[in-house]
Amino acid sequence: MTAILSVTGLEKTFGSVTAARDISCEIPAGQTVGIIGANGAGKTTFVNLITGHLAPSKGCVRFEGRDVTGLPSRSICRLGISRSFQVAQIFPTMSVFENMCTAVAIAKAGGSLVRGATRALHAQATIEDAETALALFSLSASRNARASTLPQGLRKLLDIAMASAGHPRLLLLDEPTSGISVEEKYQLMDTIMGALKTRGITVLFVEHDMEIVQRFADRVLAFYDGTVIADGPPAIALADAKVREFVTGTTIHVRTPPGGAHA
Amino acid sequence: MTWNGLVLALVAVAALAGIALVLPPWLISLATVSISSGLVVLGLIVLWRAGLVPFGQALYFATGAYAVALASRLLGWSDALALVALGALAAGLLAFLVGFLLARYREIFFAMLSLALSMILYGTLVKSEALGSTDGFNVAPATFLGYAPHGLEQTRALFWLALGLVLVSGTAVQAYFSSIVGALAIPIRDNEIRVEYLGMSVTHIIHLKLVISGVLAGIGGALAALVISHVDPNMAYWTTSGGFVFVTILAGASSVPTAFIGAFVFEVIRSVAVTVLPGAWQMILGSVLLATILFLPEGLGSLARRRVANGDAK
Repeated sequence: MTAILSVTGLEKTFGSVTAARDISCEIPAGQTVGIIGANGAGKTTFVNLITGHLAPSKGCVRFEGRDVTGLPSRSICRLGISRSFQVAQIFPTMSVFENMCTAVAIAKAGGSLVRGATRALHAQATIEDAETALALFSLSASRNARASTLPQGLRKLLDIAMASAGHPRLLLLDEPTSGISVEEKYQLMDTIMGALKTRGITVLFVEHDMEIVQRFADRVLAFYDGTVIADGPPAIALADAKVREFVTGTTIHVRTPPGGAHA
Repeated sequence: MTWNGLVLALVAVAALAGIALVLPPWLISLATVSISSGLVVLGLIVLWRAGLVPFGQALYFATGAYAVALASRLLGWSDALALVALGALAAGLLAFLVGFLLARYREIFFAMLSLALSMILYGTLVKSEALGSTDGFNVAPATFLGYAPHGLEQTRALFWLALGLVLVSGTAVQAYFSSIVGALAIPIRDNEIRVEYLGMSVTHIIHLKLVISGVLAGIGGALAALVISHVDPNMAYWTTSGGFVFVTILAGASSVPTAFIGAFVFEVIRSVAVTVLPGAWQMILGSVLLATILFLPEGLGSLARRRVANGDAK
């Protein structure tokens, strides 16, 4: 497999604070990567550096062999890297369908102002693609609901459905299950991962729940103090001594069945 | 715009053009003045939908008006179409230039910065002898592709020109509203981050909106200069901008026709208020504004929408 994302020596400093340092990794296309780490470990900074929300102080980000370091987020998005947010970023006063139409229409216009100003929003192809996406993400039942009235889980789904409207090759999910009850997390992740697999999107997701990570990730990147302290398959990375000390806690993490008590 | 909407607009404009043959001149002039401010309000609605309230739209209005007056005075231009095009171009160009600054601001900062820019123009006009200072100067009667009417004929010709401008601008703005970028006004008001992360530049879109609203205000100003036959610095003053905001609140941002209906209702209220209470007509205007905000927060346009919603529930 060829690397879809290749990160070398990534570093980000804010004055005397180092939020990311010496991060290097190669992500092959099709791999699902779980990003773990305590609060402040640099997970979101890592996502922000890749998606252009922040410009790295040092190092290089390559996407499909192309250097995207320091490009503005819009350009990176147009190249095929998309993201969802820890707090779902949707258009609250619009219906779920209009949210999806907007995302699809912008993708179809390729982010171009000229094409965007000369093409109708409600083109037949846009409406069809929006309906397909809503069905894929199990959102069809909420099609006409105002987005602000959606429960948390559906908001997250809508955010991710919109992020994937432009058929990105790489999608970064920042805590897709945060704010979701333990009972609902698995179903939500099943829907998300199922939909993204159907579209053949490579996924990096930030996650605090180690059971979710074990179940959905092919590989784990464990962050501590701005850098990667473990990188490998979940079974190995989660058993790593440093990961147990700095990320998951010193007690050995025993996998519990879905819906079970969560320590 | 749907074909039905276009046909309806054509019929309405044709009917108004016909009625002008029997209306008294003062009413035709009032209607033309209303259209000139309706065009500015249409531009305000373009910004309003994205959550931007400009308190200095008189900047482009006065630019359009002065461009016409100067071209008439210094270059001897008299053709109404050429003068309106010049007004649109001058105001659009100015909006494009100041847009690099304005498009980066939102909310009260956007409102106050646009106000500040308009007051700079006001100050410049007041202090420049060459531009007529506080008195301004007169504008010669317009010609229409060689046709040089006078008196009532001139009044009617300007009204017909105004109707043509309404049709062209209204159709263009309606098409813009149903385009992807036009429809992004509400997403921008709701959540700029999501728009950016879908791959569209919010700054570029707002810049485009500023140019569109500037061009419309320039056309309105050009038309006002022709129908009033006079320009003065008050056209750039903040109370003029405030008047446009007033009309936008009264009209609501729901559709294109409401801009013109709202502007006409405003002119009628103002005329009546000045007649009834010459010393304190502003009190009546203020009360109307208060009543609009309290009882009709989405403006006159929401009345039509309520009727449509009740009439053909989908």
